[in-house]
Amino acid sequence: MLVTNLTILVLAGFIGFAVISKIPNTLHTPLMSGTNAIHGIVLLGGLLVIGLAGNSAFNKLILVIAIAFGTINIVGGFLVTDRMLEMFKRKPTSAPKDGEQK
Amino acid sequence: MILATSFLHNENFLRVLYIAAFALFIYGLMGLTGPRTAVRGNRIAAVGMAIAVIATLLQPGEGNWGLIILGVAIGTAVGIPAARRVRMTAMPQMVALFNGVGGGAVFLIAWAEFDNTGGYAHPAGLHTAASGPVPTYVAVFSIFAAIIGSVSFWGSNIAFGKLQELLPGRPITLGSLQQPVNFALGAIAVALGVIIVAGSHSELIFILMLLAAAALGNAVVLPIGGADMPVVISMLNAATGLSAAATGVALNNPALIVAGMIVGASGSILTNLMAVAMNRSIPAIIAGGFGGGGVVEGATGAGAFEGTVRSTSAADVAMQLAYARLVVVVPGYGMAVAQAQHAVRELAKALEARGVEIKYAIHPVAGRMPGHMNVLLAEADVPYDQLKEMDDINPEFPRTDRRQRRHQPGRAHEPRFTDLWHADPRRRERPLGRRHQTLDEPRLRRHRERALLQTEHLDAFRRRKERRRRHHRGARGHLIITRRRHACPQRELQNGRASCAPAPARSAPATRSTAISRSAHASRTAPAQTPSSCSPPPTLRASRWRSQTRWRRPARPRSRSAPTRS
Repeated sequence: MLVTNLTILVLAGFIGFAVISKIPNTLHTPLMSGTNAIHGIVLLGGLLVIGLAGNSAFNKLILVIAIAFGTINIVGGFLVTDRMLEMFKRKPTSAPKDGEQK
Repeated sequence: MILATSFLHNENFLRVLYIAAFALFIYGLMGLTGPRTAVRGNRIAAVGMAIAVIATLLQPGEGNWGLIILGVAIGTAVGIPAARRVRMTAMPQMVALFNGVGGGAVFLIAWAEFDNTGGYAHPAGLHTAASGPVPTYVAVFSIFAAIIGSVSFWGSNIAFGKLQELLPGRPITLGSLQQPVNFALGAIAVALGVIIVAGSHSELIFILMLLAAAALGNAVVLPIGGADMPVVISMLNAATGLSAAATGVALNNPALIVAGMIVGASGSILTNLMAVAMNRSIPAIIAGGFGGGGVVEGATGAGAFEGTVRSTSAADVAMQLAYARLVVVVPGYGMAVAQAQHAVRELAKALEARGVEIKYAIHPVAGRMPGHMNVLLAEADVPYDQLKEMDDINPEFPRTDRRQRRHQPGRAHEPRFTDLWHADPRRRERPLGRRHQTLDEPRLRRHRERALLQTEHLDAFRRRKERRRRHHRGARGHLIITRRRHACPQRELQNGRASCAPAPARSAPATRSTAISRSAHASRTAPAQTPSSCSPPPTLRASRWRSQTRWRRPARPRSRSAPTRS
């Protein structure tokens, strides 16, 4: 199991480098917040551990916090990235939106 | 019904779901290579995330639904408003905060797992295939995740605090003790981790290890100035990714491993890019080599800004711009905090209507994180294809008529593109000296700049600056085209260490903020300086300057009082 997982680990590292290298400078901020959302996947770890029997009350507390953290990371990260990318997509002819910056 | 249920809980089916999830992550990130496909890419990645979460919830033996729903509800309630409300200029803080909570989740999970398995002594039902004792590697990877996650959590929170100005932006350092202390903290954390892996089941040791890692996270980030924080954030981003991957190995979850490694790769690439763009090496950054040392050098580097400013008028600038063929706008973070990007866009529209070609030259670290400036300009509806990267735009400069540099609130220079990217006076911790290593000196000396000053706005700007505010809304959109300072060529020889003999008072770190802010606003070196000598800065052509700006640079920069106005 360890060897399989290490294989995945190494290959994923190389794929990550290959994919990320192609992303232009202009999109690096969305990339950063997007990858931020993706590492919110640690939420899965929290879900796995909390599902087990035998957690003490304290354990449950920290796991709920961990799950909340993971969810913030995922939800917030993807939303922010979406907001930013929509700006890039917007047609140049449309009027500037003034709402959120004021 | 039973058939359907057993199919859903089948181990292999869940594995397939995980594979689908990480395939979608990778495919989604591939969409980020262009602005047209990027929105879809991001949503594809989000779908992948949803699949991964569902697969986990289908895991056999999953329980405690109430607590899961509680945690997810809290996270959603906090995350959505935060993501919706954040201003685009505040994006670096936001990324830091999100990164921090990710790291926090990692170490909390490792802690709970430790607790639940009696110090990784017996399987916790996670390893359904392994019925025997837990292999050692589980402990190793969990400890790694715990340490890195804790460092990342605390480091990111400090970074957030500094960028949000909850903490002072200046470096907080222990001086020469800093690196030994960092090293000792790291060594303690690793040693405690080794003790646990070797078989100790004491929770006290685990908590001590987390504390050591937390102290390390603080100690690494506190000495770094607020403006250099983006490098740190992307480094911590990589760290969180790696710790997520380690959690994945410990929990035998391929989706976690792949996602974590991709984030690790992305964070490393971005860190490297920023380090290159700022003329620093990554080892120097990891060793805490900037921030502390950079301040002093920046202080001496500020001496190079001495000299005169040649002012111009708005009408003159307008005329020059109107008759240009190609205008390159070189924006900086100051434009963003002044909210001047909309004014820039309006100016560009007016010029385009006259048939002038407009391009935006974006330095890799303009703004506060890589690509930040592009987001800000996109917000002002600047067309994506006018945004040029440094390597693309540099060949264009020989055929450029006017280069506006907007990097103060309402300030525009006519620069060489490689020059002076971050000589922003409000970022006191920017080591200016190091930024000029790549200057093309002969071209610079040929160059001329003129300043268009709007006195009342500069005054307002300065008053606000003294209150250490960053949002200068009063100063939006006014051009200042300054005469190009003459950089000292000897600094290049000294590997970026500013060797220009500055006025003695300027080398004192305490005077640095005043020195930079005044000089960067008001003064540039005289063009007649010879390349072979670095004479002390020439005196200000005071009468001319004052008559046009009503703002006088004090003779002694040591005084921190407000600039006097006649």
